[in-house]
Amino acid sequence: MMSTELHQLSVAELARQLRDKKVSAVETAQHFLTRIRANETLGAFVDLNEDATLAQARAADAALAAGNAGALAGVPIAHKDIFVTKDFATTAGSRMLAGYRSPFDATVVARLAGQGAVTLGKLSCDEFAMGSANENVAVPAVGHKAPEPVRNPWDTSRIPGGSSGGSAAAVAARLAPAASGTDTGGSIRQPASFCGITGIKPTYGRASRYGMVAYASSLDQAGPMARSAEDCALLLSAMCGPDPDCDSTSLDAPAEDFTLKLNDKLDGLRIGIPKEFFGEGLAADVRAAVDAALKEYEKLGAKLVPISLPRTELSIPVYYIIAPAEASSNLSRFDGVKFGHRAKDYTDLLDMYKKTRAEGFGDEVKRRIMIGTYVLSHGYYDAYYLQAQKIRRMIADDFQQAFHQCDVIAGPVAPTVAWKIGEKADDPVANYLADIFTLPASLAGLPGMSVPAGFGSNNMPVGLQLIGNYLQEARLLNVAHRFQQATDFHLRTPGGF
Amino acid sequence: MSLSSADIARIANLARLELRPEESERMLAQINGFFDIVEQMRAVDTSGIEPLAHPLATVAEVALRLRDDVVSEPDNRDANQQSAPAVERGLFLVPKVIE
Repeated sequence: MMSTELHQLSVAELARQLRDKKVSAVETAQHFLTRIRANETLGAFVDLNEDATLAQARAADAALAAGNAGALAGVPIAHKDIFVTKDFATTAGSRMLAGYRSPFDATVVARLAGQGAVTLGKLSCDEFAMGSANENVAVPAVGHKAPEPVRNPWDTSRIPGGSSGGSAAAVAARLAPAASGTDTGGSIRQPASFCGITGIKPTYGRASRYGMVAYASSLDQAGPMARSAEDCALLLSAMCGPDPDCDSTSLDAPAEDFTLKLNDKLDGLRIGIPKEFFGEGLAADVRAAVDAALKEYEKLGAKLVPISLPRTELSIPVYYIIAPAEASSNLSRFDGVKFGHRAKDYTDLLDMYKKTRAEGFGDEVKRRIMIGTYVLSHGYYDAYYLQAQKIRRMIADDFQQAFHQCDVIAGPVAPTVAWKIGEKADDPVANYLADIFTLPASLAGLPGMSVPAGFGSNNMPVGLQLIGNYLQEARLLNVAHRFQQATDFHLRTPGGF
Repeated sequence: MSLSSADIARIANLARLELRPEESERMLAQINGFFDIVEQMRAVDTSGIEPLAHPLATVAEVALRLRDDVVSEPDNRDANQQSAPAVERGLFLVPKVIE
């Protein structure tokens, strides 16, 4: 195998070649580091540490030689800069954490490393994972002097989606075979859709939140982003499992091998089609690609069942009340005392807090902290926060009603394909509205994924969203994998990469 | 419902954020724009509905887990303070808070 082709291999194939000693982990890591350096204009990576990467690769080679290597031995991956890492800087995309160095690795990072995965570096994301376009990034990418939005490899004048935009762009551009992401309101699924890759957000609580810089704790969930469902299954198997000592909300559900059911037949599968996902807000090009994907499922033996998720539109205000409320609480830890930025000039402690936070946080983060503080404040709590939590239950109940009639739910991930950089940058509400199809599953804590389903206007990728019931990740991945056996959208590479 | 400049100032103080005048103004317009889409939520009849804090409480009892109150980690002070803005002899330095 010529090393120039290594970046075209799937995680599964790369792991096989590493096990068969057709290629070494060091050689693989060097190949990807070279590609990352050659494609710095995308702005996908915010930190590299070649010494640490190569040391991990040498350890993987040693384990492979000794015959005690993990399932992902030598497979390079990169982490969204929301996971804390000992060997790499962790900024969460914020000036607040410029120069921060974590004393420990996030559980997800440690679990992947435990299976032999080699970390290539850290990936750009919206500040504290707040954003849908990766335009809210406040730290410069590797090779850049100033912060810049990540560019979509399919059209570098467009956004990659967010908040896991760096992860999606890196995988799409073949700068990493796979990456970690986090999804609070769609931050894995939407960038996966916009960049033509596959991503899964598992059930809330399946992957530990320990070491994920907290945004909205009742919603945040880690997951893999890769080219195929099979690759996501391999990574997710390593990422999930109880973490009782470190994450009080991690589920007791045992770790699972998500690859076991990938090839199950889809005969008789009932796919629920929520009519609210196909209303007038859905762009015609996205609808055409999604409809074609659903026809493909019918060919594979599935049956389409019309369902209703009547509170889909309400998900937007409900999410944008609950998530900022939790964010305003979580981000109170950034006060300039124990870690992170501290303002230079201040008169007293209160002034230090205010100036530190004014300087350290970007506009979108400040807006969400303000909204969250307001809806939790005396006199407004019942009308906003509690009301949102009640509707959250109604939204979750709607899904349970729907799952009486179907096994999985399918629809678009986003109303449009990726938009131009700057197009919605000054209009926060326009960004919020574009999250409409990913927010419901987030609020309900359900597993959801995005699967490349075709191309829309300007040849931009379109993702199909699949939503399963709690703990049905294996079924979701199976449904996605069978589609990918019959189609090649997930194998398409953006021009120039 | 519409917020006023005084509301923005009050919330910013609660959130410990210093906002420049032009920032406050922009924030006021944007937050009011946001609360326009929140209005539809207030009209929903939620009488008798329990608030949902943990999503899986939809289908099962979710009890927050407790761990034993015992020392589980060694002293790691130097590593934990390596990113602190101001430290002296292992203590975090802050401006004087009492006279």
